[in-house]
Amino acid sequence: MRISRPILSGLLALALTACGSGAAPAADSDEIKVGLLHSLSGTMAISEVTVRDAELLAIEEINKAGGVLGKKLVPVVEDGASDWPTFAEKATKLIRQDKVATVFGGWTSASRKAMLPVFERYKALLWYPVQYEGLESSPYIFYTGATTNQQIIPGLDYLKEQGKKSLFLVGSDYVFPRTANKIIKAYAASNGMTILGEEYTPLGHTEYSTLVNKVMGAKPDAVFNTLNGDSNVAFFKQFKSAGGTAESMPVLSVSIAEEEVTGIGVDNVAGHPVAWNYYQTTDTPANTAFVKAYKAKYGAAKVTSDPMEAGYNAVYLWAEAVKKAGTTEVEAVRKAAPGIALERPEGLVTIDGDNQHMYKTARIGIIQPDGLIKQVWDSDRPIKPDPYLKGYPWAAGLAGQ
Amino acid sequence: MIRRHLPFATVAVIALVAAPLLLEPFRLGLLAKYLCYAIVALGIGLAWGQGGMLTLGQGVFFGLGGYSMAMYLKLAEGGGLPDFMVWSGVEELPALWVPFANPVFALGMAVLGPVALALVLGTLVFRQRVRGAYFAILTQALAAAMVILLVGQQGLTGGTNGMTNFFELFGQDLAEDSTQRGLYLVVAGVLGVLYLATRQLVQSRYGRLLVAVRDGEDRVRFLGYDPALVKTVTFAASAGMAGLAGALFVPVVGIISPALLGVVPSLELVVAVAVGGRHALAGAVLGAVVMGYAKTALSEQFAGGWLYLQGALFILVMTLAPKGVVGLAGRLRRARTT
Repeated sequence: MRISRPILSGLLALALTACGSGAAPAADSDEIKVGLLHSLSGTMAISEVTVRDAELLAIEEINKAGGVLGKKLVPVVEDGASDWPTFAEKATKLIRQDKVATVFGGWTSASRKAMLPVFERYKALLWYPVQYEGLESSPYIFYTGATTNQQIIPGLDYLKEQGKKSLFLVGSDYVFPRTANKIIKAYAASNGMTILGEEYTPLGHTEYSTLVNKVMGAKPDAVFNTLNGDSNVAFFKQFKSAGGTAESMPVLSVSIAEEEVTGIGVDNVAGHPVAWNYYQTTDTPANTAFVKAYKAKYGAAKVTSDPMEAGYNAVYLWAEAVKKAGTTEVEAVRKAAPGIALERPEGLVTIDGDNQHMYKTARIGIIQPDGLIKQVWDSDRPIKPDPYLKGYPWAAGLAGQ
Repeated sequence: MIRRHLPFATVAVIALVAAPLLLEPFRLGLLAKYLCYAIVALGIGLAWGQGGMLTLGQGVFFGLGGYSMAMYLKLAEGGGLPDFMVWSGVEELPALWVPFANPVFALGMAVLGPVALALVLGTLVFRQRVRGAYFAILTQALAAAMVILLVGQQGLTGGTNGMTNFFELFGQDLAEDSTQRGLYLVVAGVLGVLYLATRQLVQSRYGRLLVAVRDGEDRVRFLGYDPALVKTVTFAASAGMAGLAGALFVPVVGIISPALLGVVPSLELVVAVAVGGRHALAGAVLGAVVMGYAKTALSEQFAGGWLYLQGALFILVMTLAPKGVVGLAGRLRRARTT
């Protein structure tokens, strides 16, 4: 033990100097570094890798068209590893060491909540591409996915229109489902709907026979599903084998997109409704080009989904704001961003100046036997984002103080 | 005498003087994080390396310390309920939280909570002469149970998100580089003091008794000592270290979540101790710093496949140097002198 100590101190010194030598060289003047921070390993990798791919495609396209302010975008990719503290660490690294102009990243609300203090502390920009539970509006985050009044509330409106009077709520046990269900319960109370039950299971849970029995016993008109990931596979299988059908008891999901349908098995979910802002089948010229470019780059069998499209948009919206500001400096970009409107695959997307969310068109779709999703209802026009649901009298008190 | 203390003094000077001067704030923060893990590793080195108790659940104690500190930091912001309680629909502060507004209570609980849990657990387990793999499995189960408990009680603990967004510690702005440098020095200082104290303990009569219990528990019992007591006290000491490390970790890293204290991080620390060399306290500390650094460096260089590299590194060290880096260094040294 004693013999080794001099060597030990040498090793420690080596480790220390190695720590310091990782510093990146100063950015070339004809390059702009941007960070991409998604889970490339762990449980979320299956979903997040596709968003990273869509963001890389956007960067490639922008560079081909001459870059931003005459400079090429250079992506710096980091792995959030499906681990929230890692997201915070890698965000700090991208901001402080790589000195990136902005970061595109995150998927789960937990990862966003972990990164938020980092971006606020260093006054850096994060573009977050996934629908979420609302009740948040950080000055240093742009939210390119839907907030609740652009996805969950239109979903409820749709169910109401279909004459569904009673709901059963099924969700994974974390912040998004719990907050979403709080909102759903408030909506139901003022819209003459009854909630027959509310059940949560841990993330990754796969034993649903008891829960499905409860749902069947309660006989709701519809089920509102906020389960995430693998759990959906088990839930839908059990639901089907217990005799549940999309005709008798539709299950409206808000976390199942084209990418997930394949994983769950089309047979188990075909016919059930989902709520999003974009589908691969969405009929716009921009979407035809996006789907074609994505398949050309990553393979014809690949599908595009809402979060991917939101990540793809994020890069374009940021680039537009930078062009308008004439600089990548964060405060200038934040000032230039409000009001920027671009025709994107999902239609017209406008950055809202009050809360840095997007105006988005809500769309309800039905899962088709071929795995794609067919739109059956939309909101006609982009809906103004309202993360704190201030425009909904029944939601008063939900946002806390 | 001077020769004996020279290596420690060298490391201390590098850690306390050179590192804060040379490293960028971001890297210094990472080093502070590794040193927090090194404090836990020191406890594992004591319990496992010296006492033969393979504890796979140190994350539980680390987490108790971390959550105690996080609760204080959340309440110190003022302005009503912690943010996550508002999202979770909690309307008033749970009674469990109330005393944590007091920093002395919070810090005390960060250390005494884990110590008390380890004393109870140790008394129950070691009296029953549970040891070896059974003890290891038990501690691992505890870590798994702790995560389920924390995730399930979202209104009380922040669920899978955990707690983040802390602003100040004892009136110091946590966003300031100077605060972070100060925190680094505190962590390094605590590690140094604990290392010296643990080394003193190991070299004392008690330390020899501990090693004797590890190598021949029944014989020690026949000699009239109480092995269960020796082991319980040691286990409690290592738990206290993990708790203190958790309390330091939270302001340094700025987040605590169940992912930081479950089975995997608990195992990673044991692996780090094995890589460094479990029979030497310095090996445990070194292992934690090296593995922490390797994890950061590999994940930055190879964002896609760094987990494989980390595994490969572990397998390589364990096959080439079963006694860890410190053991390997000792062997090289002996080869050179003879």
